[in-house]
Amino acid sequence: MFAHDSIFRAFLIKYAEIGIKGKNRYLFEDALLKQIRFALREVEGEFLVRKESGRVYVEAKTEFDFDEVVEHLRYVFGIAGICPMVQFDDNGYEDMKEKIIEYVRMVHPEGDFTFKVQTKRANKKYPMESNEINAGLGEALLEEFPALRVDVHEPDVFFYVEVRERINVYSKIIPGPGGMPVGTSGKATLLLSGGIDSPVAGWMVAKRGVKIDAVYFHAPPYTSERAKEKVVDLAALVSRYAGPMNLHIINFTDIQLYIYDQCPHEELTIIMRRYMMRIAEAIAEETGSLGLITGESIGQVASQTLPSLACTNEVCHMPVFRPVIGFDKQDIVDIAQKIDTFETSIQPFEDCCTIFVAKHPVTKPNLKIIRRSEEKLKEKIDEMVKTAIESREILRIPEDRA
Amino acid sequence: MEAYLDNSATTKAFESVKDIVVKTMMEDYGNPSSLHRKGVEAEHYVKKAAEAVAKTLKAAPSEIIFTSGGTESNNMAIIGAARANRRAGKHIITSTIEHASVYNVFGYLEEEGYRVTYIPVDESGHLKLDQLEAAIDSGTTLVSVMYVNNEIGSVNPVGRIGEIIKKKNPRTLFHVDAIQAYGKYRICPKRESIDLLSASGHKIHGPKGVGFLYVKSGTKIVPVVFGGGQQKGMRSGTHNVSGIAGMGEAAREIYENHEEKIRVMYELKKQFVELMEGLEGVSVNGLTGEDSAPHVVSVGFEGVKSEVLLHALEDRGIYASSGSACSSNHPAVSGTLKGVGVRRELLDSTLRFSFSVFTTKEEIQYCAQVLEELLPVLRRYRRM
Repeated sequence: MFAHDSIFRAFLIKYAEIGIKGKNRYLFEDALLKQIRFALREVEGEFLVRKESGRVYVEAKTEFDFDEVVEHLRYVFGIAGICPMVQFDDNGYEDMKEKIIEYVRMVHPEGDFTFKVQTKRANKKYPMESNEINAGLGEALLEEFPALRVDVHEPDVFFYVEVRERINVYSKIIPGPGGMPVGTSGKATLLLSGGIDSPVAGWMVAKRGVKIDAVYFHAPPYTSERAKEKVVDLAALVSRYAGPMNLHIINFTDIQLYIYDQCPHEELTIIMRRYMMRIAEAIAEETGSLGLITGESIGQVASQTLPSLACTNEVCHMPVFRPVIGFDKQDIVDIAQKIDTFETSIQPFEDCCTIFVAKHPVTKPNLKIIRRSEEKLKEKIDEMVKTAIESREILRIPEDRA
Repeated sequence: MEAYLDNSATTKAFESVKDIVVKTMMEDYGNPSSLHRKGVEAEHYVKKAAEAVAKTLKAAPSEIIFTSGGTESNNMAIIGAARANRRAGKHIITSTIEHASVYNVFGYLEEEGYRVTYIPVDESGHLKLDQLEAAIDSGTTLVSVMYVNNEIGSVNPVGRIGEIIKKKNPRTLFHVDAIQAYGKYRICPKRESIDLLSASGHKIHGPKGVGFLYVKSGTKIVPVVFGGGQQKGMRSGTHNVSGIAGMGEAAREIYENHEEKIRVMYELKKQFVELMEGLEGVSVNGLTGEDSAPHVVSVGFEGVKSEVLLHALEDRGIYASSGSACSSNHPAVSGTLKGVGVRRELLDSTLRFSFSVFTTKEEIQYCAQVLEELLPVLRRYRRM
């Protein structure tokens, strides 16, 4: 990123919302630590991820790649800012002054800006008070760098000096993804197709601290092995943010063909989706999820008109979260590009919702009629659903990704 | 049971190919450009391979340039010949049913300012010779035509084409994409007036990532890859010794007892075509006799989507291809099938089955039997 990155050996992790969670704060911090460790597990180098009186630090124990670490920290929900930090031992004020002058010389070579020194003295035994240190260091910097000016109200740069067991200095804040650490808000089950919307929906809910599991409906031979692999890839991309997840793969072919045989074709998609919701909910219940997540957005396709959504929603007892419900396609695409799922999503493999789609599917399904059509499935459908659930394949993502 | 009927996509290697590939990786792993003994040893493998390939073409080893495969051979032949001869003219000719590694190169040269004529084919997939003859003029520097079409197995009369070209303009170079033909036909470039000929290793039970371009001695062509000057500067880059040795071995073995191998393949084809034509709503595209390639059969299945059928067959251990495997990830409708007049509703319902020396009667019968089972079920469920 910058030529001087090599001087940073540690990062201070700033978190926004978890700071205000009162007594539960430690739960949030622990979840954050866990997610940070997960994010750094395959990064070059060894790191100590620890908390110390309301601060979370990532300290490098070995050589590391600055850009790589920052890139991976930016996957961790709950991080508001990543501050590359210089740490040194307390060898007296004069030594600190020299080190800070050196820091400014290296990290802010542009030289021409306003600043303010902001000291926090956690080590109350330190012989100088915060304000003294602020004034002393400010003066020293002005003397050393004639182009600098002090502005205590709206400085261009804050120099943060933390006097703890050691002394921490930082001035740059790289924005993190925000949100809350995954694992702090329960679990939900994502209906993951190969499309653009569902990975984005999963990402959005995970951003609020929710742990994710996913369900995919596979319909061989109508959908290919590659379509399934694409979904596994998407799950792995989402798991970079959402952490490890279980991907439940349901063989949906028999159910789909049975509906095809028994029900009117223009109702096929809507009835199919009702069964997908039922199956997803059964798995969600079994695995401790508290809700379902879909990538539905009003009016995008026939099965996502408001009447259709109401009709599929009717079969669920759990809350169904539809975080992109009000988004235009382009808004969703923008996020998909940001989180790097877009390129994978647009690979052209057929998904099971489209293979038998009627030329003119119902867009305003009548609940009574749909229920009556489903009556025709009575004979076998419960058994088929049970079989589909019991014989599902469960992949652990990212580990089981072939 | 497993039936691999996708040998136009790629083939299983010969045992002897595996052995020589392993040997050149684990024992004789030198770089032919090295001056020491290990280098000389490795060079020996390359020399042997060039000799083996040259022998199958009645050519000289010095006329063989090893490449990374069919695509590179085609690129090198077309770009290399067009550029080398651009002072003589900027008109180049190809057909409408070429493989992407030819077709897209012509598209690229067209953008570079070359004039390109695309000659259509008749219903059997054969180049329209009268149109070819009419298209060649004094500024035509290259004609590139495929020997065997990869989708329907039609065979162009390359000898006749060579004759027409050279009669009209002796300076026009003739390139043949023989990637589906090498190993199936005895090709003699000199007799057929071929100046440049592309082939690939893995279509004849050799390794992937290797191929060759035959360049008739004295042919004016410039390289497209630059570097350390290997292969007389025509194709720089450390020799892919294992690949080249494997290719040489494959060439040797495929042309051993060749007539018998091909006779068996035609027998299989005949039987397969009969089995297919006995199924309801199934038709075979293009020619099917010995006037077509011995290893390719293109079959249309009414009322079934080719991709669905492909996956249903896969589920039973049968491997075939929809369109040509190289472009199957882009579900564009096949230009070749359209070119040979396959009915519109069958374009998306066509599978290619292709055989090799390893294909057995049992595999073919098994395939027909599974199709008979699957087709009625698949036809029942379709998009409304």
